[in-house]
Amino acid sequence: MTDIDKSRLAGFYRQLQRQAQDGGYFLNPDSGFAMELAESLLINQNRYGYQACPCRLADGERELDQDIICPCDYRDEDLGEYGACYCALYVSKEVAERKKQAGSIPERRPPDPADRAKRKPVPSAPGTGLSGLAYPVWRCRVCGYLAARDTPPGVCPVCHAEKDRFELFMPGGNTR
Amino acid sequence: MADKKVFLYALSTCIWCRRTKELLTALGVDYDFVFVDTLQGAEKEKAVAEMARHNPSRSFPTVLINGTVIVGFQEARIRELLQK
Ligand code: SF4
Repeated sequence: MTDIDKSRLAGFYRQLQRQAQDGGYFLNPDSGFAMELAESLLINQNRYGYQACPCRLADGERELDQDIICPCDYRDEDLGEYGACYCALYVSKEVAERKKQAGSIPERRPPDPADRAKRKPVPSAPGTGLSGLAYPVWRCRVCGYLAARDTPPGVCPVCHAEKDRFELFMPGGNTR
Repeated sequence: MADKKVFLYALSTCIWCRRTKELLTALGVDYDFVFVDTLQGAEKEKAVAEMARHNPSRSFPTVLINGTVIVGFQEARIRELLQK
């Protein structure tokens, strides 16, 4: 269906695999499926100049598509809640080990660009100090890695300790 | 099944849209579709606006089966609606 060069695709797929592994992420264990998505990412790279999410309609302007450049802003939340990102290129450990199956999941990205902007972290208001954090900060008890997001990472990208080794370091966002 | 009217809003790069097309083909359904990402300008805007009336979240695939809207690749739901 495309003119994506086979060796370029193979190299890109290996790169995705390596990056996922290094960061404590997992690609879909169905390599044919993951390869189709990798190819679509390269198609979008050619088309838009950046790797827009294959399963979402890109605007074509980088600024407006910022949140859906792969890996998108919604990946980790979807991994935590559904065990797969929206396209299912990235999956949870359970899905990677075929204990669970990834399927089509609801879209989390707000359709209105104004609502997308609201999702972005806001700096704490002057004088409120750390209590005004937009996101809670999680600390890996093993290596000290800090992550400011709603939930701790599935696996620590630095030392690969699992999710339950994270502790709440600074409250913010929902945990306030 | 020829009496069922099926239309699909899809993206050419979307794997769940591809799975939906494959399912419709496997079920032997006659369907029309549009790859919204391959349209330009006014045509693209028109397709998105039209789709948004059925699916305000503007996500793909959006399938219309005799006026029933199915959002995402929902195999069981599609089978159910088409095999009735
Ligand atoms: S949903 Fe998955 S494949 Fe799509 S952009 Fe996000 S991380 Fe990448």
